[in-house]
Amino acid sequence: MSTIQAIPLNWYILLSAVLFVIGVLGVLYRRNAIIIFMSVELMLNAVNLLLTAFSSYRGDSAGQVFVFFIMAVAAAEVAVGLAILIVIYRNTSSTDINFLNKLKW
Amino acid sequence: MKSLILLSGLGVLTLLSEMFNFKRKIFPVVLLGLLGTIVISAMYWNTNKHYFNDMMFFDNYAVAFTCLISFIAFAWFLLSQNYFNEETNLTDHFALILFALVGAVIMVSYQNMSMLFLGIETLSLSLYVLAGSRKNDLYSNEAALKYFLMGAFATGFLLFGIALIYGITGSFNLQTIANYITLNSGNIPALFYTGVLLMMVGMAFKISAAPFHFWAPDVYQGSPLVITAFMATIIKTAAFAAFFRLFFTCFSTIESVWGNIIFVMAILTLAVGNITATYQESVKRMLAYSSIAHAGYMLLAILAMNKFSAGSILFYTAAYSVASITAFTVLSIIINKSNNEAIDAFNGLGKRNPFLAFAMTVAMLSLAGIPPMAGFFGKYYLFNAALQSGQTAIVLVAVLASLVGVYYYFKVIIAMYFKSGSDSSLVEVSFTHKLLLILTLVLIFAMGLMSDFVIRLL
Repeated sequence: MSTIQAIPLNWYILLSAVLFVIGVLGVLYRRNAIIIFMSVELMLNAVNLLLTAFSSYRGDSAGQVFVFFIMAVAAAEVAVGLAILIVIYRNTSSTDINFLNKLKW
Repeated sequence: MKSLILLSGLGVLTLLSEMFNFKRKIFPVVLLGLLGTIVISAMYWNTNKHYFNDMMFFDNYAVAFTCLISFIAFAWFLLSQNYFNEETNLTDHFALILFALVGAVIMVSYQNMSMLFLGIETLSLSLYVLAGSRKNDLYSNEAALKYFLMGAFATGFLLFGIALIYGITGSFNLQTIANYITLNSGNIPALFYTGVLLMMVGMAFKISAAPFHFWAPDVYQGSPLVITAFMATIIKTAAFAAFFRLFFTCFSTIESVWGNIIFVMAILTLAVGNITATYQESVKRMLAYSSIAHAGYMLLAILAMNKFSAGSILFYTAAYSVASITAFTVLSIIINKSNNEAIDAFNGLGKRNPFLAFAMTVAMLSLAGIPPMAGFFGKYYLFNAALQSGQTAIVLVAVLASLVGVYYYFKVIIAMYFKSGSDSSLVEVSFTHKLLLILTLVLIFAMGLMSDFVIRLL
């Protein structure tokens, strides 16, 4: 029995669920675009943890391959997201999303 | 599969054209390439090929939607010609659009959750950049950031759902998951249902169904007009096709779990989309709300979940996209002329350019669902599919909602024919736009007449 399996699977599910919820709350409550951004990354990493745990317990490598997909896509997302943030910072000198309220009905 | 390779190749070619200085000639090449994509993917009709260890499956559903998406993209390139001429970094935009199309094709042909995820992300990542492509325009910036944050947020939900489903079933393959459900019906853990619901939330964000729609109007209004047209047509089509494929192959046997939620979601979407659209001043924003409302109609096909659903979704998305492309073309000509996107800008268009006014009228009538336009038959087949499954209540709501829809679509028609504007100069239409409008007008009428043929395809 490897170390990862010495801990019951439920603990991994619980931990990643907690991390995921922290991420969701961060997106909903924080007003700084960069922190929202970090919260989204936290959500994705909670998923990675969950997939790795499942994959390890099932002895099936598909889950871990999926984690690599998520990591690659998350890296691409970070590149695009930071680029958008830089453009906004140049125009408004701020990363507070409360400044972004031009579009309303 | 060959269509995917062709589209990716076109994308790379457009990037190279910048380097080797033939970017003036790339526009016709892209148009030809898109026509080639339609022909090549149509050749796969009835072949049902599996690719990459069952990662992708080109059945007739995938082939039909690939052809539809390539065709809308073809029309979209004609619509956006002027926009691209003004741009300095034209090839980047071309390449991003083509890579987004690759994502859209993956989204309609996946057989594995990982391909669904990659398809959605390929499509979205290109679009985040395009939404913010007017770098000095604060509206465009805001649209890009909102779209990006909401898109990434939704992807998080989708992925958590996928992870839970994988944990229970041990597979990402749609067919294996469907088999698991039938084999273990009665003792499936609650974690699996949580996964299904989380995936549903993620997909609802993507198709902008209420209560997950709030990003859509802002993003649609803030983005450059042609990008809005791309979002309202191609992304809507691809996202809906993906949503339906997921639920039809995987979760159709556990409708008791998600049926009621989709039911409420459909009613909310129909109500919010149609009612909010009635008091919009900006035509662009009105079209955004109308696209939310149309997502509500299409949810009926997912609720119905029977053999008529796939065909009716195909027909509805085709009819809706063609009419939207027409409306966006006229709107882009008007905005170019008067730099104003309010309904007032359409005042007196019936006299200033009767052809444009006629095109806009036909598009609005088709979106509102007036016979004999394609939009009417789209709604008819959708309602029919829902009625076959005994979903009478939701059909009643949808009929009422489409009556509200008639009101705001007619506001534009009334402005064109019965109001006179301050500006009475004639409106010029370029040759490409004229060609595109004639093509889409013919299609709107022809699809209405041939609706039976299209519906029997799937």
